[in-house]
Amino acid sequence: MTAAEIADAVASGRLTARAAVADALARIAALDGRVNAFTDVTGERALSAADALDARLARGEPVGPLAGVPFAVKNLFDVAGLPTRAGSRINRERPPAGRDGALVRRLEAAGAILVGALNMGEYAYDFTGENVHDGPSRNPHDLAHMSGGSSGGSGAALAAGLVPLTLGSDTNGSIRVPSAFCGCFGLKPTYGRLSRAGSFPFVGSLDHLGPMARSTRDLALAYDAMQGPDPDDPVATRRPAEPVLPGLEAGTGDLRIAVAGGYFARGGDPEVFEAVRRAAEALGAAAVVEIPEAARARAAAYVISAAEGAALHLDRLRTRAADFDPAVRDRLLAGAMIPAPLVERAQKFRRWYAGAVAALFETVDVVLAPATPCRAPRGGETTLVLDGVAMPLRPNIGVFTQPLSFIGLPVAAVPVWPEAGLPVGVQVVAAPWREDRALRVARALEAAGLARAPVAVGMESPPQEAA
Amino acid sequence: MSPSPDPAALGAYVDAAAPLLGLAIAPDWHEGVVAHLSAILAAGARFDGFALPDEAEAAPVFEAAP
Repeated sequence: MTAAEIADAVASGRLTARAAVADALARIAALDGRVNAFTDVTGERALSAADALDARLARGEPVGPLAGVPFAVKNLFDVAGLPTRAGSRINRERPPAGRDGALVRRLEAAGAILVGALNMGEYAYDFTGENVHDGPSRNPHDLAHMSGGSSGGSGAALAAGLVPLTLGSDTNGSIRVPSAFCGCFGLKPTYGRLSRAGSFPFVGSLDHLGPMARSTRDLALAYDAMQGPDPDDPVATRRPAEPVLPGLEAGTGDLRIAVAGGYFARGGDPEVFEAVRRAAEALGAAAVVEIPEAARARAAAYVISAAEGAALHLDRLRTRAADFDPAVRDRLLAGAMIPAPLVERAQKFRRWYAGAVAALFETVDVVLAPATPCRAPRGGETTLVLDGVAMPLRPNIGVFTQPLSFIGLPVAAVPVWPEAGLPVGVQVVAAPWREDRALRVARALEAAGLARAPVAVGMESPPQEAA
Repeated sequence: MSPSPDPAALGAYVDAAAPLLGLAIAPDWHEGVVAHLSAILAAGARFDGFALPDEAEAAPVFEAAP
């Protein structure tokens, strides 16, 4: 069931919140051993919250739009009672969080029920979903393949049907990459749109939080429940909430939609460009636009990420370097040594680039681009081969996501399925603060039957049969 | 900045910078750190020469009060 279907069934009395939560817990118990999406299951807390919600319903009290919907969050979100590990060994020695992160509180205020925390790449510096401490999250559509990262557990939990809704973070692509690899919908909102209070940071200049789900309606429901200013996050917008659900079905007739050419039309496997072409065809979008200086934008995001990440972790690098994932440690150590002028120049370029892309959005409302240069690679793979040229896999997975998050553009990741095999992600990109347009287009692709996020074959059945 | 600094020079830079930053680079990490720094500097070289006026502001803007 989707989140919307669960909430509807719970609100109308056809399903109790306890039954919805118990089903999610049973599925996690039966299936998570295969996909390794969860690092913590908060079963007792979830059942207690479900009973409280059922009691409110029994008293005739109003419940929110996500009543009884089980959800789980990347383990960089604070969860009261758990140390916020952020995929690391070091952080699990921290004291337990005193209260939930802001977005967890907002989802629960809307009636959703937290059932656990999800696996992720260490400190979110990752696109693979592999984790040296907790083991890799695996792609439910083919367990030998990567989930993508760094919100790997958030994608794997959805594609395995463990929960209908998860939260992730996206600094350079960490929501959009696992959405693409695991075949689910994801929303990286505008930078500053959703509060980051009560989450463990990575790169303050680029960090975003957002929802992932198996339908666009569920994305919109969750996104609307989480919007609104928050003085606890100085970057959070002071704009009031701008709900997208009321306009989700408005169609795309009034939107100017184009495909991103140039940088976004090369350097990937043919099937990722074919997915973008099919999406454009379904939308009747014939125009091609060029996002200017995307390669420089990616390079600047790369430098800022390494520098700010290193500054964040400098004390841990001084005292605990051997306890990091080696792949993360060496990048962070290098990041600490970047000459300062490069970082400042990257930030100056960023403002120029934001202006140039804003000018582009005077002529177009929505731009389509591939999410990743390839479909989910096999677990443990370290090389990406494009046009016969081998390159390091890890950094290059983000080649198409990084130039967009760099200037905080809202992007919906939409799963499109080739004739056979693993899914491909298409990025639906809009101007800042126009998540509504990105989601309307994502919905149109879903309604047209092109985009869909099924539970993996073999994992659809109820847990007692799947075990 | 040079887009592809000589690996030996970069290794010497890493050796000099580490103690200034209070960092200790274990011998078997050295090659990885140098490789990552080389990749970062190559990325930096892509925008380092991008001409912007002296008056260009950086993206982050400080606000003295809301």
